[in-house]
Amino acid sequence: MDLIRINNVKKTYKTGTTAIYDMSLTIKKGEFVFIIGSTGCGKSTLIKMLYREEKPTSGKILVGGLDVGKIKNRKVYKLRRKIGVVFQDYQLLPNSTAYENIAFALEVLGLPKDEIHTKVMKVLDLVGLKNKAKQYPSHLSGGEQQRVAIARAIVNGPKILICDEPTGNLDPKTSLEIMDVLNAINELGTTIIMVTHDIDIVNKLKKRVILLDSGRVVKDFKEGEYKSESI
Amino acid sequence: MKAFRILGRNIRDSFKSVFRNFSLSLASISCITITLVVVAVSIVLSLNVNNFTKIIEKDVTIVAFLDLDITDDEIKDVYEQIIALDNIEKENVVFMDKMDISKDMMASSPTFNNIMSRWTKEESPIQSTYQIKVTDINFIKKTADEISDIDKIDVVKYGEGMVEQLVSVFDVVRKVSFAIVIALIVVTAFLIANTIKITIMSRKREISIMRLVGASNINIKLPFIFEGLILGVIGSIIPIIITIYGYTALYNHFNGQLFTQFIKLIKPTPFAYYTSLVLLVIGMLVGMFGSSRAVKKYLKI
Repeated sequence: MDLIRINNVKKTYKTGTTAIYDMSLTIKKGEFVFIIGSTGCGKSTLIKMLYREEKPTSGKILVGGLDVGKIKNRKVYKLRRKIGVVFQDYQLLPNSTAYENIAFALEVLGLPKDEIHTKVMKVLDLVGLKNKAKQYPSHLSGGEQQRVAIARAIVNGPKILICDEPTGNLDPKTSLEIMDVLNAINELGTTIIMVTHDIDIVNKLKKRVILLDSGRVVKDFKEGEYKSESI
Repeated sequence: MKAFRILGRNIRDSFKSVFRNFSLSLASISCITITLVVVAVSIVLSLNVNNFTKIIEKDVTIVAFLDLDITDDEIKDVYEQIIALDNIEKENVVFMDKMDISKDMMASSPTFNNIMSRWTKEESPIQSTYQIKVTDINFIKKTADEISDIDKIDVVKYGEGMVEQLVSVFDVVRKVSFAIVIALIVVTAFLIANTIKITIMSRKREISIMRLVGASNINIKLPFIFEGLILGVIGSIIPIIITIYGYTALYNHFNGQLFTQFIKLIKPTPFAYYTSLVLLVIGMLVGMFGSSRAVKKYLKI
């Protein structure tokens, strides 16, 4: 079943710049997809439209059955609860501990305290940070902060995890550790869409790779097909 | 149950946030404190001006002089006609008999005594009067004219000309002081709202993260609104203390009147408490609206 269906989508910003031209794509449940391409190719715009940070100018985007372009501003939270998002700069609340940052995503859903505790401790365990629950982000390393961000993104069991260059600020070793975490999450059934510049990681993981250029899909490599020299 | 849980968390988060962003909170609180002190002073001044002009206006009396040949029955009849008119304080229509007036005048001066002691009741040129107070001084001229139309009333005096001038001057003073208070409240509202707006601007990222993890707009707004409310309440503490203790001290120091006995101050109880309540409400509302407006800006995409 297609979890994400993008039909003839075009995105032109108010400034007149067109970031995406007539794009069509489908992503199935449980897939792990890399989106690659040079800077300004439309990668960020594409994933921003998936979590409704931007609206398509024309065409249709269905995410888990929701028509993203038609979601009203005050209903956006309904989509966001189905999607986890991880960024290059972690986007953690600086004045909240690792535990509080993760718990926040469940508190907005109104879950009882003990249920929140169980779930938060479970994901902290999954990302290997059980002993750092009470640390503030400023006391954690980059890799640890990214793990907290990942834990927050998956704590309420979203169907989709969107990662916007999650390893962009990390050294190669830490990057691989983060990829291990993402792989483990994918194996539990979560669909992962990851934008990256890190060709080493893409080569290593041998997943589906979508190559963008100037707002268009240039090539869609099936699992294991992609090799860096094929750009 | 779920809604209460979310509400409880929002309140808890608001308190946390006030203390975690303490320097920013302090900026908002100081702004609220300073502006509310100014508002408090202007409210106290304005209401006192209002009060003492009202007291002076209340002292204005219409005196209706009765015909010399009036009989006792006619005096009662005139009374009935006066209290039947509009704009009359019915319990404040006082009859002054000509003999009582003579006695007062005789007591006040030996010359008067010398002359007036020779007059009998019939011979006396002094007229009995009715002293009348009106409910609305703005219509005093109309009421005075109506009284002078009553049969057996010779002439009506109320300080014509001067009273109208007094009334119009007081009217301007009251309106101006009222306008100043309103203007100050509006300026305060903008000032506080803007200060809060600046402090929230620095938390734009926090708001975008809240949205990201699936917080609904109302869920994002509520903690900020509560935070504004808390800031408003904290910010109004000092102005309230100044109003209650400061005004009471001022009142006691001047013995309840300023410079002359004509300018009477309003008694501190319950006046100072009502004013404090107004300050608290202004602080709370402005804090809440300021925050709400500022957050709203970041909830649009």
